[in-house]
Amino acid sequence: MSDTYLPQVLPVPVPMDDGFDKPYLDGLTEGRLVIQRCASCGTWIWGPEHVCYHCLAWDPEWLEVEPRGRIYAWTRIHSPGFVALRPATPFICALVELPQAGGVRMIGNLLGDRSQKVTIGDEVVGEFERHEIKGHLYGLMHWRRTG
Amino acid sequence: MRNNRLAEVTLAGIGHSGYFPRGKSPDPDFRLILKALFAACEDAGISPKQLDGLSSYCGPPTDPRRVAAAIGMKELKFAGLQWASGGGGTSAAFANAAAAIIAGYCDCVAVIRSVKMDEGTRYGQFGGGYGGGGVETVSGYGFRGVDKAPYGVLSSASTLAFQAQMLVENKGIDPAVFSAVSRASYYHAQNNPDALMYGRPLDAATYDDARKIAEPYRLYDCCLENDGACAVILTRSDIAKDLKQKPVHMLSVGETMEFRADAGAFNWPDFCSAGFRALAPRLYEQAGVGPQDVDVVQIYENFIHGVAMTFAEFGLCTYEDMNEVLTFENLIAPSGKLPLNTSGGNLAEAYVLGMGHVLEGVRQLRGTSKNQVLGAEVCLVTAGPLTPMTGAMILGTGDVR
Repeated sequence: MSDTYLPQVLPVPVPMDDGFDKPYLDGLTEGRLVIQRCASCGTWIWGPEHVCYHCLAWDPEWLEVEPRGRIYAWTRIHSPGFVALRPATPFICALVELPQAGGVRMIGNLLGDRSQKVTIGDEVVGEFERHEIKGHLYGLMHWRRTG
Repeated sequence: MRNNRLAEVTLAGIGHSGYFPRGKSPDPDFRLILKALFAACEDAGISPKQLDGLSSYCGPPTDPRRVAAAIGMKELKFAGLQWASGGGGTSAAFANAAAAIIAGYCDCVAVIRSVKMDEGTRYGQFGGGYGGGGVETVSGYGFRGVDKAPYGVLSSASTLAFQAQMLVENKGIDPAVFSAVSRASYYHAQNNPDALMYGRPLDAATYDDARKIAEPYRLYDCCLENDGACAVILTRSDIAKDLKQKPVHMLSVGETMEFRADAGAFNWPDFCSAGFRALAPRLYEQAGVGPQDVDVVQIYENFIHGVAMTFAEFGLCTYEDMNEVLTFENLIAPSGKLPLNTSGGNLAEAYVLGMGHVLEGVRQLRGTSKNQVLGAEVCLVTAGPLTPMTGAMILGTGDVR
């Protein structure tokens, strides 16, 4: 039994070539959820952008947010299109929105029973999962229903 | 309303290479393109040498410099490429071709696109994993980005299933709607010998019993993986009137991307939109028609829920009456109220990034479809949805209004 939700057969997330999203990926490795907010107008932004799409101010700041939210959408994957993942099926992916961060969304795996009943709007909390593969350290952000 | 100069352009010829199951084409992409191009020229009654423009979308196999050199084009005067991913760019490639003709850059443009898959390039399979001594890595926030691939979201089906599930839960779409759309496509394919699913009818029980892919999708909610190419010849209407075929016009055409629809990590603001809400009224106005005038529809369907959203956003039904309107009986030609994807579409004919839908739209308006809607005068053809940028066109038989 693997101690990660999905077996370690998946690609390793690395920062973009210019290191632009390093704060996010480093945060996950360290067990912190770090995303962007415009320092000028306060708009929360995810995925990462160079300017605020609302007020066009440069370089939104990186801020840590509390990993809790609610399920915005989800799917239970039975045929992932990757042979090496087949033994782990079905597995659940949740698209979680973070009300405390302007409702930005992110995908994670939904921990727990893989046949659990999931409903849009379910409250979830984040759980960090550490991976180490051939010297590469990285983290993932998963979710667990609280209701 | 402004003068609709699309009257100056005619869709004069259509052709395809023949369709093959994934990896089974004996030809490389480039030969598929040439075969489709020659078929379309023959259909129009012109020589490929008469072409002076090429237009495409989403990808390199259609490099116009190579095509023009290969066929000995005297002068390539227009080479257009639209950026939209997947089938979202089809209509825009036609819009660009028409604009070039109207602007006087060129007289005769072929819109071309191919698709060819092998084990390394299948749309539905991820070929990565660990090999040798290194590790496979991902970066960025697009398809198979850092926000998706490490969590097992690797295929188009997995990526788009979230939206489908939301549509089912929040809009109350009956799964029977998806079944009806899929079975109508297969029904039409049974009369179309070119269709990959010709001779393979789909009944309701088989649809229901099919394996799950990513909830709510089952197997028959997903498009085919295959090889093939399509081409359409656009030319000046004064030239087309002396050619072989009954003229078909674009009454309107356009492309669209809603606010932040390409935001990364699934953060486009209106998750439950097909992206047609601004474009649909614009196209109806330019065409001088309304939803009630549409006789037949060819709606792009890489995955099934996009069809439901498109019907709603083009005013062909509402989310409230969708479960009653989108039935198998209503979606089949010739008897249904609004026949859908009458060649079999992406689900049962072939997936050529939406080009097959245009070919079938032209056939319907010529009166030559294998599933002909009697007296069809107006056909809606969409490019996308389920891509950030989408498009659509309204084709018609008569004079452009």
